[in-house]
Amino acid sequence: MENIEDLIENFSMLEDWEDKYQYLIELGEKLPPLEEKYKTDAWKVSGCQSQVWLIPEYKDGLLSFKGDSDAIMVKGIISIVLAIYGNKSAQEIKKIEVEKIFAKLGLGEHLSPSRRNGMMSMVDKIRFYAQNLEK
Amino acid sequence: MFDVYKIRKDFPVLMQNINGKPNIYLDSAASAQKPDCVIDKMCRVYKTTYANVHRGVYALADEITAEYEDARQTVQKFINAASAKEIVFTRNATESINLVAATWALDNLHGNDEILLSEAEHHANLIPWQIVAQKTGCTLKIFKIGDDGSYLPEEFTKNLNERTKLVAITGMSNVLGTIFPVKDITTAAHQVGAKVLIDACQLAVHQPIDVQDIDCDFLAFSGHKTYGPTGIGVLYGKFAILQNLPPYQTGGDMVEKVTYQKTTYAEPPARFEAGTPAIVEAIGLGEALKYMLNLGWKNITSHERELIRYTLQKTAEIKGFTHIGTAQNKGGVFAFRVGNIHPQDLAYVLGKEGVAVRIGHHCAEPLVNRMGYTSLARASLGFYNTKEDIDAFVAAVKKALAFF
Ligand SMILES: Cc1ncc(COP(=O)(O)O)c(C=O)c1O
Repeated sequence: MENIEDLIENFSMLEDWEDKYQYLIELGEKLPPLEEKYKTDAWKVSGCQSQVWLIPEYKDGLLSFKGDSDAIMVKGIISIVLAIYGNKSAQEIKKIEVEKIFAKLGLGEHLSPSRRNGMMSMVDKIRFYAQNLEK
Repeated sequence: MFDVYKIRKDFPVLMQNINGKPNIYLDSAASAQKPDCVIDKMCRVYKTTYANVHRGVYALADEITAEYEDARQTVQKFINAASAKEIVFTRNATESINLVAATWALDNLHGNDEILLSEAEHHANLIPWQIVAQKTGCTLKIFKIGDDGSYLPEEFTKNLNERTKLVAITGMSNVLGTIFPVKDITTAAHQVGAKVLIDACQLAVHQPIDVQDIDCDFLAFSGHKTYGPTGIGVLYGKFAILQNLPPYQTGGDMVEKVTYQKTTYAEPPARFEAGTPAIVEAIGLGEALKYMLNLGWKNITSHERELIRYTLQKTAEIKGFTHIGTAQNKGGVFAFRVGNIHPQDLAYVLGKEGVAVRIGHHCAEPLVNRMGYTSLARASLGFYNTKEDIDAFVAAVKKALAFF
């Protein structure tokens, strides 16, 4: 899993959107693919413009996630989201201001509610898992 | 003379820059931009003649009612309906189709009947019929199109029989661009006694429509795709049929006589326009259709034909560019994939380049799946698009290719 502090630093060095996109693609390529058996409707995040799958994992009181997509840049974004939400307690997940982190990365548009192209649906699903864990 | 560069100046949104680049708007199949005359007309109505229609006996009410009914006559002229009484204003094509499903279909269809649709229907011309089938027990039949997206007459006739009570068909596919021979389809359907509804959402933007010549029973389109405002759509229905339909919604404006126990309904179209309608939007639509008629169908179709030819020629130069939907008779709607690039990835790059295309299933999920995909990119043309738009699109796709 990527480290979010490193990601923020790396992205801060990239000025053009072209370089940022190139880096996202690299992150997407590095994200380990999900096993085929998980690529089912049950694990699909609905409301995305590409196919996105998200699997929660729970260990020692902490949540982590695995994810995949059939779009490579989306995979890059997933990789960032997984870095942000990896190894966190439900309480911590609740407090994360993911929009702010994406704005820092210069990728704010990908989470903007006006675009709603699915990345926010993934975050909503993560929050949903965290919330249900609390209960 | 049709001067596209001059015409574009009528469309303020097209004159804007996007990310510091010219606005390359290739999403008119989703919704078209509006010319100044439509925007100004609507503004002027709100500022000068606004009141409710059909109700007052004062000058403003007279004036706006006249403008509203004038818009209806413009629609009548636009599709060559026999009478303005055959033009019902709705919210959009979706509502027009739902109106027919909720009134005519629920009243007339039964267990042994069949509704026949093509594989290329938009959800708006599919789901209402699924509901009708569930409620009435009738059967929904879908006839196949070719793998290239073409209309296959033998598939249509094979599925048409004396049980077919309705053929609901798109005039032009919003994904594949395929143009369906709606007149031939209507003639064949009438021979077995079926009614015909045409979803003319895309067709109305690109080709003149003559409902008397086609002889269809119903036809639907949306104002926002024909360069008019949102919130206004059209249902055409033959008067003899409309006259026998129950109301769709009930309330004010659609009644003849009301007592506490019983109501007799107004004649069409008022019967189907319950409540205060989208007055200003209807007037705006009238203005948009007049704008199109002023440009002239010959000019529009010849400009678009040349643009289609140019698009096909230029995209053929792009490595891995695949058109989905290559029927001979095709309008300016291009679904495509580029190599193995996911449309979502492609759209990220095109968007940064100021090129607006749509991706996904385009509200025709079964069709996109049938063509072998879960997602497609789509570029679509309006009469205001130029060869420069196509060049910019091609350049942006090539740039994307370098990324992936
Ligand atoms: C072929 C076709 N039918 C129906 C519709 C639905 O139109 P509206 O959303 O305006 O009701 C569309 C619009 O996307 C369309 O392209």
